[in-house]
Amino acid sequence: MIRFDNVSVTYNGADRPTLSGIDLFVPEGELCLVVGSTGAGKSTLLRAVNGLVPHFTGGKLTGRVVVDGRDTATHPPRELADVVGLVGQDPVAGFVTDSVEEELAYSMESLAVPETVMRKRVEETVDLLGLADLRGRALATLSGGQQQRVAIGAALTAHPRVLVLDEPTSALDPGAAEDVLAAVHRLVHDLGMTVLVAEHRLERVAQYADRVIWLPGGGAAPVDGDPGTVLAEAPVAPPVVRLGQLAGWSPPPVSIRDARRLAGPLRERLEPITPPVSESVSGREILAATGVTVRYGNTTAVSGVDLKVTTGERVAVMGRNGSGKSSLLWALQGSGKRSGGAVVVDGADPAKLKPPARRAKIGMVPQQPADLLYLHTVATECAQADTESGRPEGTCRALVDSLAPGIPDDRHPRDLSEGQRLALVLGIALTPSPDVLLLDEPTRGLDYPAKTRLAEALRALSRDGHAVVLATHDVEFVAEVATRVVVTADGEIVADGPVEQVVTSSPVFAPQVAKVLAPRPWLTVAAVETALATR
Amino acid sequence: MTRTHSGAWWLWALGLAVVASRTTNPVLLALVAAVAGFVAVTCRAAAPWSSAYGMFLKLGLAVLGIRLVFHVLVGGFTGTTVLFTLPEIPLPDWAAGIRIGGPVTAEGLAHALYLGLQLATLLCCVGAANALADPRRLLKSVPAALYEVSAAVVVALTLAPQLAVSARSVRRARMLRGDPARGRRAIRTLLVPVLEDGLDRSLHLAAAMDSRGYGRTAGLPRRTRVLTALLVFGGLIGLCVGAYGLLDSAAPAIIGAPTLLLGVLLAVTGLLIGSRRVRRTRYRPDKWTVRSVLIACSGLAAGAVTIVADSLGTADLVPTTSPLSFPDLPLLPSAGVLIALLPVALVRRETRS
Repeated sequence: MIRFDNVSVTYNGADRPTLSGIDLFVPEGELCLVVGSTGAGKSTLLRAVNGLVPHFTGGKLTGRVVVDGRDTATHPPRELADVVGLVGQDPVAGFVTDSVEEELAYSMESLAVPETVMRKRVEETVDLLGLADLRGRALATLSGGQQQRVAIGAALTAHPRVLVLDEPTSALDPGAAEDVLAAVHRLVHDLGMTVLVAEHRLERVAQYADRVIWLPGGGAAPVDGDPGTVLAEAPVAPPVVRLGQLAGWSPPPVSIRDARRLAGPLRERLEPITPPVSESVSGREILAATGVTVRYGNTTAVSGVDLKVTTGERVAVMGRNGSGKSSLLWALQGSGKRSGGAVVVDGADPAKLKPPARRAKIGMVPQQPADLLYLHTVATECAQADTESGRPEGTCRALVDSLAPGIPDDRHPRDLSEGQRLALVLGIALTPSPDVLLLDEPTRGLDYPAKTRLAEALRALSRDGHAVVLATHDVEFVAEVATRVVVTADGEIVADGPVEQVVTSSPVFAPQVAKVLAPRPWLTVAAVETALATR
Repeated sequence: MTRTHSGAWWLWALGLAVVASRTTNPVLLALVAAVAGFVAVTCRAAAPWSSAYGMFLKLGLAVLGIRLVFHVLVGGFTGTTVLFTLPEIPLPDWAAGIRIGGPVTAEGLAHALYLGLQLATLLCCVGAANALADPRRLLKSVPAALYEVSAAVVVALTLAPQLAVSARSVRRARMLRGDPARGRRAIRTLLVPVLEDGLDRSLHLAAAMDSRGYGRTAGLPRRTRVLTALLVFGGLIGLCVGAYGLLDSAAPAIIGAPTLLLGVLLAVTGLLIGSRRVRRTRYRPDKWTVRSVLIACSGLAAGAVTIVADSLGTADLVPTTSPLSFPDLPLLPSAGVLIALLPVALVRRETRS
């Protein structure tokens, strides 16, 4: 169905190819997962399938890409629209119309599908993806998971033979991600659709894949084959595969079910050992929120939340999309709206402080870190941060270097990788050395090595006496980094406790290792590894 | 229930707007606004845009208020019945004819009220049309030859609120850097990320539209394109001139209906020639059902009756304010305006059956 013959892609102005020597064949009806570190060329590979690379992006593509017998050299993306459906990373950015039904029909209108057929296909797609209740709604009013399902539906109505998904679950909470992936799984099994998907959160997708393509980056040839085998070699792999490697299961399992069937002996070996509990924190209370409420018009985003955080704690706030996590963080920081309640950080209400004094007490990394950046080089951003915080020159730069070494001074912040940009913004937020640091969805777009580095940085911060509060959907990251978890629903706190208690009590928030080794609360591969080594 | 064609509601509102533009009689104007409001409230669907009438009504009242305040301050119409006198600011000789402050007369105030009411009523008509039919759906009904234009307008309409959202989030993020963002620097620090964001969005959107088959069948031959453009452009000029002639009762008769007809003819021919080659289909297009035609006709009839009454010269369409007298209810135009209530009956029958 999709064939790459010795394909290399070099973008204009780049000194080396983004992809080189790619030889691939994806047969019909296969769900193929593309993995690799950030910048390894996953998006480029996906966008080459429907000809956006190079027709739209520019650059030079050598070799041949053939999809369903059509060569992308002679067929621009619009001529492949009936064969390939592409869903980008940000569904909102790809919406052309403003209501669900019209968005679903858009591709068909362009393809001149007769009106009666359009009606029928819209109905089918609405049923297939569970969009019946949403059909008349405006796209802007939908939640992230609903928008993602509409974007997939809009690609499906044209009845393409290939569906290409670029990070379909990166913005979604665990539940919504499962809905979307279940829908994709159904397409592959019921309609025999060929699906090519790239994703960083492999713990969500790997179990559905028939095959994995690993792009090592740096011009090396891709490795493809059985999911377990390929992922075990790659630097990016979900925890279940790492656990399988540790336990010596061959080939390493990619699904919880397979892992549990093999895990009997491992569970027995771990039986006499008590799983580590998160280190008890005996700091002083640094942040106290009582009855915090945030209202937007008629909707209440946060209602009467009480939260106390002590120094040295790392608190993860979890909950579905739209459960008020971001609003709560902004209200705690004091820059966002707060309709009621009180917040005290180190003896002062941050909302009543002037912004410079506020950030010296409580810093924040927003969901879109790039919003904080507006200068043209990394060096000027760092210098600006030093002056803003009244710190000696070089403070910010030193912080950034400790988080992600080797970012060139003259690079434009937009040209940094996700991980580097996050390090820069984190450095800027930490320059005034705030007592409390808030992070909103910090792991979006980060690969596993980058997440591990971030986790180390956050642990180092709390050792130095800072308190860290992060809102995230990433259960594996929470298992790795948090000491305490707060779960929100409809703007209220529904659970609050040590990480090993909260995440193991609900299957949605449980990390893979905990699911495999249940009922004992082992959370991370690292914990299991240490336990086995010290025995 | 089949949907009424969006164009029908806009034609209906246009008919009422013609009445409002022809008269300054406050009784008739109030009647027009009431009819427009009543139909908007009874016939609107439960949709995000259906609250538009209230918004436009408030806007109209604001316009009316501003008109009155300006009249009181700047004057401009003299009469004999002085209500009260404001202190007058003396102006130099070169500003002769302009007066700030001074006596305020009942005649002048009535005149300003009538003119303000006329503007407010026109806004009510637009508001009613907005509440009854999404202007974006109307864009979907444009002939295929204008598809590119309508796509651009739809994209622009969606982009504007997105830019506002991105500006808000950038401003909030800027506070995190302890930068209150004021003055000239603020423009740069806010504008750079917002514009970059906007540019990013447009590129993403363009890529998405390309991958979804936009412009597959573009590429009309050059001659057809030029011919279409000339015809449509000529037609639009004709339409504008014709509409002006029709609405301004002082214009010579030849500029009215005949020019309008010629304009329509030219534009339609151009669009037909252009549309013949475009291969696109429409999902659930609006259809001109009997009901839609009746609704459009009812509004247009109201306008036509007023034009006829005006040309007969019997009705009190522009009541005098000097000397001040209570305006009569012009019978023929009022009966005409009541025809525009027909949609209410049509919708009632639909919901009963």
